[in-house]
Amino acid sequence: MLEKILQVNDLRIQFKSGKETVQPIRGVNFHVNRGETLGIVGESGCGKSVTSLSVMGLLPVKSSKIVSGEILFNNRDISRLNEKEFRKLRGNEISMIFQEPMTSLNPVFTIGEQLSEPLRQHKKMSKSETRKTIITVLKQVGLPRAEQIIDEYPHQLSGGMRQRVMISLALLCQPKLMIADEPTTALDVTIQAQILELLKDIKTKNDMSLMLITHDLSVVAEMCDRVVVMYAGEVVEEAEVNELFDRPLHPYTQGLMKSLPSNNERKSTLFSIQGQVPKPSEIKEGCVFANRCPFAFEKCLAETPPAFKKGEHISKCWLQEPALEEVKHSGEPSIVIS
Amino acid sequence: MLDYVIKRLIQVVVVVLLALTVVFFLIRLSGDPTALFLPPDAPREQIEEFREKLGFNRPLHIQYGEFMVNAVQGDFGQSLRSREDALPIVLDRLPATFQLAISSLLLSLLIAIPLGVLSAFKRNSVFDRISVAFTVLGQAVPSFWLGLLLIYFFAAQLHILPSGGAGSVVHLILPMITLAAYSVARFTRFTRSTMLDVLRKDYIRTAKASGVPTFRLVGRYALKNSLIPIITLVALDLGTLLGGAVITEVVFAWPGIGRLLMQSLMNRDFPIVLAGVFIIALIYAVINFVADLLYAYVNPQIRVK
Repeated sequence: MLEKILQVNDLRIQFKSGKETVQPIRGVNFHVNRGETLGIVGESGCGKSVTSLSVMGLLPVKSSKIVSGEILFNNRDISRLNEKEFRKLRGNEISMIFQEPMTSLNPVFTIGEQLSEPLRQHKKMSKSETRKTIITVLKQVGLPRAEQIIDEYPHQLSGGMRQRVMISLALLCQPKLMIADEPTTALDVTIQAQILELLKDIKTKNDMSLMLITHDLSVVAEMCDRVVVMYAGEVVEEAEVNELFDRPLHPYTQGLMKSLPSNNERKSTLFSIQGQVPKPSEIKEGCVFANRCPFAFEKCLAETPPAFKKGEHISKCWLQEPALEEVKHSGEPSIVIS
Repeated sequence: MLDYVIKRLIQVVVVVLLALTVVFFLIRLSGDPTALFLPPDAPREQIEEFREKLGFNRPLHIQYGEFMVNAVQGDFGQSLRSREDALPIVLDRLPATFQLAISSLLLSLLIAIPLGVLSAFKRNSVFDRISVAFTVLGQAVPSFWLGLLLIYFFAAQLHILPSGGAGSVVHLILPMITLAAYSVARFTRFTRSTMLDVLRKDYIRTAKASGVPTFRLVGRYALKNSLIPIITLVALDLGTLLGGAVITEVVFAWPGIGRLLMQSLMNRDFPIVLAGVFIIALIYAVINFVADLLYAYVNPQIRVK
């Protein structure tokens, strides 16, 4: 049995703006095993980032609330920690890399000043020790001239270098879990590959777990051991990476894969899933994907599907209901995966 | 960096010369002051003699040329009233103006920055609302009215502070408060809005994700980012304050540049007005120059350029 470093159980998060409340996260379940890379996939607004921020305790204090559920980190519920207790975890045992390397570093402090912060908060180190540690980590993430970069300002570095600095910031205290929220989205393609390679590399070397949030399926295929597919604030499918690519069960996942442009083919139009993600305020009874699903039938509109398990492969779709299997095979349109 | 300093210094000179030019022509537009200095029934020859002596009868461009040549050498002529050199009269008033300006600036910064930071941090709280209400009030109250009100209460009714004049710290209190009221309001609002803006930035989230405690996050990280726009505002305001807070100086009979200029304008004492404008323009330009150097210190992006 693999050790679970992070378990998110039935997490529900509520946002309040004025008198309106919405629930962008509704009953999310997933876990991260020790030493593995878990991919969280979904389109913009599906709740990937909110989920990861809740694990970091970085949700806006006033306007958001964890309504129910728990977040177990090392078997300890951290969902209701206060600010002070959370601070001991942040940048220490759990760290995070953000999407925008260009704006995620403070323009008026040197790299060294910013990188010394987690060490200052979590480790008792002398100044020279801190400096030495930072230089070592900067070298570890493949930055040339680490001794100079430590005294430079963010604007003196390129996007790729800044993202390396961000990674080293997340790495300083040797966290058990690193969350990377779209770490390569803002970078150009060649740099993307380098950064992904680096993440893979340091994950193995440091024996940590990586939670990789992305909307890019090719990144998932390249990096992840297991994948969680999120849609409109719910986990709709979860599977081991090869299993998911070979046999996507949820129509949404199938749609995602169909929308990928294939390599050597010049199609006139790319496939796209019709319709739009429902806003959290518009979510009704039934399956969240029903309004866009090509296979939807009455039950999908009436009842919310539970998570059907087939071994380690979980999907929230009525088509996977064991009793329905036969019907599907006889009359319904069979699912074609291109 | 040196290039930058030299370029900015040249700009300082240009600004001062332009200011002198504009004021020279404006003041000449207001007419010939001869009539003010001579009795109404003065004979024609005497008027002509007076104009000849002061050079008012020559073509304007020649007057201007002569004035500029002398001005560059620090000679603004003699006061039409007291026959003393104009520049020393103005310089004499500088210390009083400095004293008032600097003390009210310090007072307002001391109040405004913590207040603005706290307001931003506790946005929409009762504290924030009260502080916003006060800043709106502070900006809306005209200084002559506030000055008179203060005199009424503290000098006329309570007899604990002098109503005007200068000479001791006690004399400084009321004009300082009057001047600071507006600046406090302005700086607080500005600090609050800049701070709110900075607190939403990605790099603040990064620092938070590194485990930086809130106090340090706001006091060290966010504040330094907010300082850049605040410095601009302070420089502009300090320029205005040093240029003589005319109304406050007049209300409290404060012997500064503002009051001197006001009196000289009333008297059409051109040389003093021009010498005063020269000093004010110079101070203004130099302060902005210093502010630019300060930016470079706070913002490394400018330093490199």
